[in-house]
Amino acid sequence: MKTFTRLLAFLSPLRWRIALAILLGSVMLVSSISLFGMAAYLIAAAALGPLLVLLSIPIYLVQTMGIVRATSRYVERLVSHNTTLRLLAHLRVWAYKRIEPQAPAHLLVHRSGDLLARLVADIEDLQNVYLRVVSPMVVALVISLFTFGIFSIFSPELAWVALAFLATAGLGVPCLSAWLSRGLGKQQVAARAALNTQVVDGLQGIQDVLAFGRSQAQLEGLAACDRALGRVQRRMATITGLQSALGDLLMNTAMWVLIILAIPMVATRYIDGVYLGVIGLLILASFEAVQPLAPAFQGLGHSLTAAERVFAVADAPPPVVESDTPQPVQVNPGGYTLSFEQVHFTYLPGEREVLSDISFELRQGLRVAIVGPSGAGKSTLVRLALRFRDPTSGIICLNGQDIRPYNLRELRELVGVVAQDTYIFNDTLRANLLLARPQAGEAEIEAAVEQAQLTEFVRQLPQGLKTRVGELGLQMSGGERQRLAIARAFLKNAPILMLDEATANLDALTERALLDALDELTLGRTTLHITHRLLGMERMHEILVLERGSIVERGTHEELLAVEGLYRQLFDVQQGVLTLS
Amino acid sequence: MHKKLLAYIKASRSMLALTIVLGMLGAIATIAQIALLSEIVNAVFLLHRGLAQVLVPLALLMGALTLRASLLWGREVTAQRAAIRLKSSLRERVFAHLLQLGPAWSSGERTGELAAVISEGIERLDAYIGRYLPQLVLSVVVPLLIIVVILPVDWFSAVLLLFTGPVIPLLMALVGSNTSKRTRAQWATLSLMSAHFLDVMQGLTTLKVFGRSQAQQERIALISDRFRDKTLQVLRYAFLSGAVLEFMTLTAIGVIATMLGVRLLNNGISFDSAFFILLLTPEFYRPLQELGVQRHAAMEGAASAKRIFEILETPLATGVEPAVEESFPTGPITIDISALSYTYPRKEQPALDGVSLQLAANTCTALVGRSGAGKSTLVNLLMRFMDATSGTIRANGVPITALSPHRWREYVALVPQRPYLFYGTVRENIRLARPEASDDEVTHAATLAGVTALIDELPRGFDTQVGEQGMQLSAGQAQRVAIARAILKNTPILILDEPTSCLDPDSEARIRQSLTSLMRDRTVLVIAHRYNTIAQADRIVVLEDGRIVEADTRDALTLSAHARLLGTVSTSEVSEGSIERHTAPHSSAYASAD
Repeated sequence: MKTFTRLLAFLSPLRWRIALAILLGSVMLVSSISLFGMAAYLIAAAALGPLLVLLSIPIYLVQTMGIVRATSRYVERLVSHNTTLRLLAHLRVWAYKRIEPQAPAHLLVHRSGDLLARLVADIEDLQNVYLRVVSPMVVALVISLFTFGIFSIFSPELAWVALAFLATAGLGVPCLSAWLSRGLGKQQVAARAALNTQVVDGLQGIQDVLAFGRSQAQLEGLAACDRALGRVQRRMATITGLQSALGDLLMNTAMWVLIILAIPMVATRYIDGVYLGVIGLLILASFEAVQPLAPAFQGLGHSLTAAERVFAVADAPPPVVESDTPQPVQVNPGGYTLSFEQVHFTYLPGEREVLSDISFELRQGLRVAIVGPSGAGKSTLVRLALRFRDPTSGIICLNGQDIRPYNLRELRELVGVVAQDTYIFNDTLRANLLLARPQAGEAEIEAAVEQAQLTEFVRQLPQGLKTRVGELGLQMSGGERQRLAIARAFLKNAPILMLDEATANLDALTERALLDALDELTLGRTTLHITHRLLGMERMHEILVLERGSIVERGTHEELLAVEGLYRQLFDVQQGVLTLS
Repeated sequence: MHKKLLAYIKASRSMLALTIVLGMLGAIATIAQIALLSEIVNAVFLLHRGLAQVLVPLALLMGALTLRASLLWGREVTAQRAAIRLKSSLRERVFAHLLQLGPAWSSGERTGELAAVISEGIERLDAYIGRYLPQLVLSVVVPLLIIVVILPVDWFSAVLLLFTGPVIPLLMALVGSNTSKRTRAQWATLSLMSAHFLDVMQGLTTLKVFGRSQAQQERIALISDRFRDKTLQVLRYAFLSGAVLEFMTLTAIGVIATMLGVRLLNNGISFDSAFFILLLTPEFYRPLQELGVQRHAAMEGAASAKRIFEILETPLATGVEPAVEESFPTGPITIDISALSYTYPRKEQPALDGVSLQLAANTCTALVGRSGAGKSTLVNLLMRFMDATSGTIRANGVPITALSPHRWREYVALVPQRPYLFYGTVRENIRLARPEASDDEVTHAATLAGVTALIDELPRGFDTQVGEQGMQLSAGQAQRVAIARAILKNTPILILDEPTSCLDPDSEARIRQSLTSLMRDRTVLVIAHRYNTIAQADRIVVLEDGRIVEADTRDALTLSAHARLLGTVSTSEVSEGSIERHTAPHSSAYASAD
């Protein structure tokens, strides 16, 4: 219930449009009901043989109701879709506002593709809450009352009976249907998911399937899942069929009952016989209002589930809150020093510490490397430095000042990042670059592309920088993506640079080629170099060896080799590959 | 394209026919219902009969109503069954075809998209099969039936209906065709807009890093607004066809009512006939209206069918199966590759160009080369995932095309670079290699592969569910399972594709023993990047741009070849743990729990 009221709150800014749409929807139905009623009256009245002139009003109405209905329906559809699209826009902006502070959220991104895609789909589903749920319900109510009113003119008994039938068809049938199909909806979702898993499994492992001759087994597995889905769907079809059949039966039975009740009334002249046919047609026509209610109820259930999921994500508290009075970051021509002081970090309370007692200083112009086996918490350092998270204890300082009071955007302007995976947006290459600095001029873009050694790549593209890239555009190789990231870093030209496993996903050859571009990027810049490949370590001013979240060794390359500890071990193993003996 | 779909309908033919019949019977019940109602109203209104005198028609009316409702129920059920049958049949065919196309084809496609087509895309054919097709037939048959019924009652009205009938869909088509292209373009933009939103959400972290996330908020609103305006412009036209249909239908009813009224006044027609015709008129137009309503959903479904046919019509890369299959005697196999060439479809450069090579029985040959040099193409050809464009591969003198791909693969075991673990237990995953193997054999293979210690640590040991939905094993662990599979399969030919690439030096050392014993007494082809692996081979072959540039025993290799080798050998040996993600999702930089 709470979810529903929250959902309705989204409709509140659109209430006047909604009112208009509901009005038009009602006019639409009233006009068709009137049309049929009038037509029946016309025929019946004509049968009594009056003067043509007395029939002129019914004739006129019967001709014009068609236009009224068609026009009101047309306008109603436009207004409704307008409302729905506005609702969608509001929902998206709202969702974005709530989720933006959370990124990169552990849960949201960790099982990314799926969760995020479902969130977006859920938000899209919610746009239908007005069109498919609220509107039909309100219009059904209005028309039911209108029908009640019309029949009251004839007899209160008829009015109540008509209302009862409308209510049964509008409320009773959907409830029955929902009760009968309880659990089936979930079963269908599960069956579809199982089918999808089976298909994905077979396709992803196709090499192994064929190599081990298991094609037949896979096909049989698919057939089994398909049969299971078919079973659920057949049962659902039985219920859906019942729903339509009952609705139809109720409509016709309503007519049947009303006729039976009206016949004695005609006999006693309580109702003029002329209206007998009218009564029949009026009730039949009015049922159009309650027909969309069954899918509306289903849609309601669906929308509520989607809304719950969306609210669950949107309501999550942001991990980092900007201070109420964010301080501007003072521009310091002398450079910036970032320091970690006794920093501890755990993602979730109760879990083991990802970082324990980390202290180091990243001074202007210096290069510091953080190495160590994976799972050591290295990337978390970047997240903390960018204030995507706050340390569980300890502080991070910029030029000696705790970074927490600072304006987040200005803080992040100071740090450039080249990470392992680079996200490329569905946009032009130029747009993807300009992300780093929107006001950058042509010359600057060209320079950045040059420095990242992307020029050749861009040159052989027929549309150059205007080429669309990203998920729906040109697919870039791992090496090309990283070059893009490097170009972005060049453009951003931030005083502090963090390389977070920048070449981890690349093969040896591409990595080798990229190193030149990286060298140029890090020249003279304060760099934090996170890696598990010990390349170019001689140029580092300090190397920190991280194991299970703690610094176990620190020093320069030569110093660490001499110690013959973990660093030496890692270095030797890596080098061992190259010996020929 | 509709024709193609219709060709596949065979599976549902009987159900569809039944649906149509039920629809027709429903129409007859409706006609009966209307006739009875007219009779009753006429009796009471004009003939001043009482309730008692119309009991029989009333009872019959109730019968007709109930019949009509039951037929409606039946029709819904049969329609869905028809749809289910077609979907199942189509699904199985597409999947079977995909399996036959093999990894060579599907590696170039997106698995997610293919899976979506098979599971969800096919589902969308529901509306097309179950509703649209029957309605197509009914929207011709039922109106004709009604005209036939009305004709003896009042030929004038019948003729009127006959003329207005086709006019309406014609007008609809005229208005409709104009807008359909625009509508389609607009729906395409709609999906782009959702894609944009998803894009922004996925790249949110990147936006924050560059301080652009606030700006995006305004952009989302802006794009949504712009889209809304454009969409409404298109909808103004799109809804027009529906409005025209509605207007014409209702006006026709109005005109007919008026004409009936006028003729009643002149005693040109009786009341019950007039009433009968009046009630029947909307039923005349209803099937066509229904068709219009269902068209949209049906067309969506048909669109996904396009992709399905695309897949079904992709030609297979392997040749025709041999009529009579030969088999090899058990024992060591020598593989002779001569002038083997292969060019991928739609590519100009051959991936393999005249490669000739011999893999002598019970020897180990290492294949080295840059990525894109043709190594995986050679493996695909050896595995008969594809057949060569020219040249032959012979095993003990017999061309491998003499066997069906399925039978050939019984002689070859493959340890792929990224082994796939299916959703099932560990035991089942190993047993994949040889389903008849006993539990002991499986355990033994696991021991030899050095994976037992690992399995014992799993919550349920060998019976732990692994794979996409189960426990995620690391790439290194999966690799060891793959080695266990190869051990279990015990074939004369063995192909290893970077067998230890995901293992840290420690694990690699541990299983080197098992690998060595596995590679003994078999014809082995090893693709390697690690010098350690190459060191064990009897022969080293260097592949570059689809050609062999060097092929010699290890001792005899020259210095230049070594330099070439070094260029392709990975320098990253420090625990590849961070790449131990089993599948490779495209997650953001800050997603790894590093």
